[in-house]
Amino acid sequence: MNPFTYSSATAVEDAVRDNASHEGAAYIGGGTNLLDLMKENVARPTHLVGLNKLPLTSIEPTPEGGLRLGALATNADTAWNEEVKRRYPLLNQAILAGASPQLRNMATNGGNLLQRTRCYYFYDTATPCNKREPGSGCGAIGGFNRIHAILGASEQCIATHPSDMCIALAALAATVRVSGPRGERTIPFEDFHRLPGTTPERDNNLEPGELITGLDLPAKGFEKNFSYLKLRDRNSYAFALVSVAAALELDGDTIKDARLALGGVAHKPWRDQEAENLLKGQPATPETFARAAAKVVESAVGQGSNNFKIELARRAIVRALKQAAEGSQHASDVFLNSNP
Amino acid sequence: MSTTNYIGKPTSRVDGPAKVTGAATYAAEFQVPNLAYGWVVSSAIAKGRITKVHSEEVLAIPGVLEVFSHENVPSLAWFDRNYKDDVAPGGSPFRPLHEDKIQFNQQPIALVVAETLELARYASSVLRIDYEEEKHETDIEAKRDEGFEPGNGKSGWMPPPPPRGNPDKAWEEAEHRLEHEYVHGAQHHNPMEMFGATVEWRGDKKLTVYDKTQGVVNVQNYLTKIFGLSKDDCRVINHYMGGGFGSGLRPQYSVFLAVLASLELKRSVRVTLTRQQMFSFGHRPHTLQYVKLGTNPDGTLAALQHHALHETSQFEEYTENVVNWSGMLYQCENVKLGYQLAKLDVFTPQDMRAPGAATGSFALEVAMDEMAAAAGIDPIDFRIRNYAEEDQNAGKPFSSKRLRDCYHQGAAKFGWDQRNPQPRSMRKGNRLVGYGMAGGVWDATQKKAAAKATLTADGQLLVSSATADIGTGTYTIMTQIAAETLGLPLEAVTFKLGDTDMPEAPVQGGSWTAASVGSAVKSVCEAIGEKLLKLAQKMEGSPLKGASPDEVEFVNGQIRLRQDPDNAVVIRDVLQASGETKLETDSSATPNMLKQGTHSMHSHNAVFVEVEVDEEFGTVHVTRVLNAVAAGRILNPKTARSQVLGSIVWGISMALMEETIMDHQFGRYMNHNYSEYHIPVQADIHDIEVLFVEEEDDVVNPLGVKGVGEIGLLGVAAAITNAVYHATGKRVRDLPIYLDKLL
Ligand SMILES: Cc1cc2nc3c(=O)[nH]c(=O)nc-3n(C[C@H](O)[C@H](O)[C@H](O)COP(=O)(O)OP(=O)(O)OC[C@H]3O[C@@H](n4cnc5c(N)ncnc54)[C@H](O)[C@@H]3O)c2cc1C
Ligand code: SF4
Repeated sequence: MNPFTYSSATAVEDAVRDNASHEGAAYIGGGTNLLDLMKENVARPTHLVGLNKLPLTSIEPTPEGGLRLGALATNADTAWNEEVKRRYPLLNQAILAGASPQLRNMATNGGNLLQRTRCYYFYDTATPCNKREPGSGCGAIGGFNRIHAILGASEQCIATHPSDMCIALAALAATVRVSGPRGERTIPFEDFHRLPGTTPERDNNLEPGELITGLDLPAKGFEKNFSYLKLRDRNSYAFALVSVAAALELDGDTIKDARLALGGVAHKPWRDQEAENLLKGQPATPETFARAAAKVVESAVGQGSNNFKIELARRAIVRALKQAAEGSQHASDVFLNSNP
Repeated sequence: MSTTNYIGKPTSRVDGPAKVTGAATYAAEFQVPNLAYGWVVSSAIAKGRITKVHSEEVLAIPGVLEVFSHENVPSLAWFDRNYKDDVAPGGSPFRPLHEDKIQFNQQPIALVVAETLELARYASSVLRIDYEEEKHETDIEAKRDEGFEPGNGKSGWMPPPPPRGNPDKAWEEAEHRLEHEYVHGAQHHNPMEMFGATVEWRGDKKLTVYDKTQGVVNVQNYLTKIFGLSKDDCRVINHYMGGGFGSGLRPQYSVFLAVLASLELKRSVRVTLTRQQMFSFGHRPHTLQYVKLGTNPDGTLAALQHHALHETSQFEEYTENVVNWSGMLYQCENVKLGYQLAKLDVFTPQDMRAPGAATGSFALEVAMDEMAAAAGIDPIDFRIRNYAEEDQNAGKPFSSKRLRDCYHQGAAKFGWDQRNPQPRSMRKGNRLVGYGMAGGVWDATQKKAAAKATLTADGQLLVSSATADIGTGTYTIMTQIAAETLGLPLEAVTFKLGDTDMPEAPVQGGSWTAASVGSAVKSVCEAIGEKLLKLAQKMEGSPLKGASPDEVEFVNGQIRLRQDPDNAVVIRDVLQASGETKLETDSSATPNMLKQGTHSMHSHNAVFVEVEVDEEFGTVHVTRVLNAVAAGRILNPKTARSQVLGSIVWGISMALMEETIMDHQFGRYMNHNYSEYHIPVQADIHDIEVLFVEEEDDVVNPLGVKGVGEIGLLGVAAAITNAVYHATGKRVRDLPIYLDKLL
């Protein structure tokens, strides 16, 4: 870890200004990811702009009938917020499926979006990694890649985005609000994270110095028929091998609207609108679900140790859609959650 | 009814309050004045040479005191034997910073010492090292054909016994036959507390070393031999340990480096390792095992063959008993056991809870389950048909063995009769349900140990021994033994440990502490008792006059006649009447070879497991475990149960999650952190039950205890593997059972 200076901002403009005036500065929210990266010498910021005093911790209705989540609200406060629980239970479930209570108490919504991949090689400076050090190569390709991507990977990088919360946000079609040296703007969730392509060092489309101020959820929350299904190597406190956020709007047995996003399979939360289209207007049957699942994994490619993820993802999609259609997911108990 | 009988009673940890309130101080927490901080720099390559350490750049940073590397390390002891600790295996021990050669990845290659921890850490991150890389080999698969039989290994290791009967022919002719390979990868101990040492410089080459270790005496011997210190000038202390599991049996490089820096800089130095560096030393070795079983038509074993090959380093021949157990757990006339090592560019493996047996029992007990299924016999019946009444390896009777009762009582309590023998026949909702069982055997060992006791006029007893409590409950059971032996209330007894100023005890390992140190504590308290009796008999009008030690008992703070308990004197009065301020004595206990030599001494267990498997996802949930353990006398059912609980959790870990993954491109372990090296969390653990089948055994030691630190782990991974087979019909032979292996 390198020496750094620290300041704490109380207003968004100050934070942005402070960040812009220091070469190599970084924002810090809960620090649950950034500090680890600093200890591993993966991130070497020279100045940290503390965000926790910013007035961005509230969760409030938007004029459009949705909900605005402050960027500095913790993951725990967001998950347990009464409006989130009532109107966006999919988000509640996704957040609670991630990390541990201690981490969720510290982690902020903004930080969650920007947490970096858990690729082993990215974290170990003794190995090559294009994301950490562009041009150095990719240790995971041809190496140990059981946790790596099956969709949208590139020859430069096969890392996955590790967040659970973001999978629900993708399915719910949230909007990211940012403030930067050049003012404010909003980014549709779909366009927020990037595929690795030839620039794996860039996880997302934020411009330098931009600060996330909030997340807007649209009015529609799919509160009746949803499922967040997470498959992993232990029942808690492990990242997803594959996770599925499924949300349905049903009219009798017919699917009126559908959302489908996957975690643990790609460099970004993997929402598949073509698969969603295969669900819309169709009866909520296992056959329909299987067609959508087949669509999602159609272009999947294994890297060796992670080949199993293709079949696992297919099965998980079917199960999650089934759970969503039955309206059967209600408990946050992970052991119960993977129950058929 | 007496109130000072503590042995066999569930007793809460006497060190519990200190641990949960933070009053317990661990090695890296001792506050000493004028402390400097060392940070270890680890090699980024697996094999090669260091061509340059660019120390000068780092030394230019204000506050950096020194960079130690092979380039400037002072000359230390020359011979290998100086570096051999008490439990070192054969070969040449690794010498930190000794030479430019790199023999394994993450090898400690420099120590940066600075005024603050943060500075030392930063400076080490910018220290440039030039390497000349050589081709490494870290994959045991490449060395399958290069296995060799080790020479004399470390103490406690026994080469497999020679074959008996005609194992090849008997196998060829058997009614049912099987042969399979069983594999598990490397596993690291990963105790919660990271290794660290605080070395206090007391001037003039006098050191107090606070070190995380399972044996202060071992560390003292090691340090004094290498650095040429006298024992008086090198006191080693470790009162508490945040878990050891075998990782602290041998002195770690952290203590070597801290002492080196302290002596060179003539000041106090602390060195702690990072979690990542906890993957840079000993581990349970990656092991390939081959088992061949043959049975007769009546379900008795016709032939048993078990061969193991595991990794070791290029410089030491690490050995553990993997296959020997297979020759003693079941009755079989035709047995062949083989054991080989393969040298890889890794650090030397190290004992990890039930070393060898945890590995061997996995292969043997899964094979036994496969054979039971093939022969159409219930797995428990199959084991009982092949029950070993004596240890055929040694040709000796067991000092005690109630494994049969473990099978019967365990099966009854678990509800084994509810098991439909057909795989895939049991369901709960959409989940497949499976029952599996397995078991194991472990040594009951006693080693020489010493203790000291001081009884003061206020009736307080202080007992001490340089042993360790790695979380096992040693503080508590020694307090119980001492209190009961002298008939004192628990509160009047204090047991201290972990200091080389105390009487010598062996490292804490091998489940031998209760037997060894317990016997010494009993013996020293009996010696105090005899002194007390003599003084009591001198008291005016003493009702104990003329009584021999056998005729009196120490109970409820009194010495009284066994035959006539009303004739008693109060212990506190004895000292006061005598005018002595204290009674003090040393004593040691050694195994009674005469008694022990004619017997085979072992603990046994049987484990029963229920799993639920989500067939579509391959996720396994261990919903119930029952572990029936026969380990002699149980001194404290509460701490003993905790030991077995911990073992079961570890067994679940070994079966389903635990593996240190090596990327052979780099010869480097990649999941070197708690986030990716998976062990169970609360949500993975469901019902666990521990059943002790007590044994009376006056051969093992005067206390009749066999130790419970390791036996509980045996068979757990096998029982889970067997239950998974029963649930799914899929036989997994390489651990851990990741969900992808069941898809
Ligand atoms: C052991 C472990 C297990 C975990 N398991 C899971 C899991 O299963 N699922 C899961 O989803 N997550 C998991 N997490 C990750 C956790 O959710 C993230 O670390 C957390 O959400 C990050 O939030 P933070 O506020 O602490 O971010 P920080 O660490 O403070 O910051 C992360 C990044 O975001 C930037 N940043 C922070 N806030 C802003 C902002 N408002 N605007 C612009 N930039 C910002 C920082 O500069 C930094 O680059 C785990 C983490 C750990 C350590
Ligand atoms: S997968 Fe991406 S993050 Fe991982 S080593 Fe390759 S380039 Fe780096």
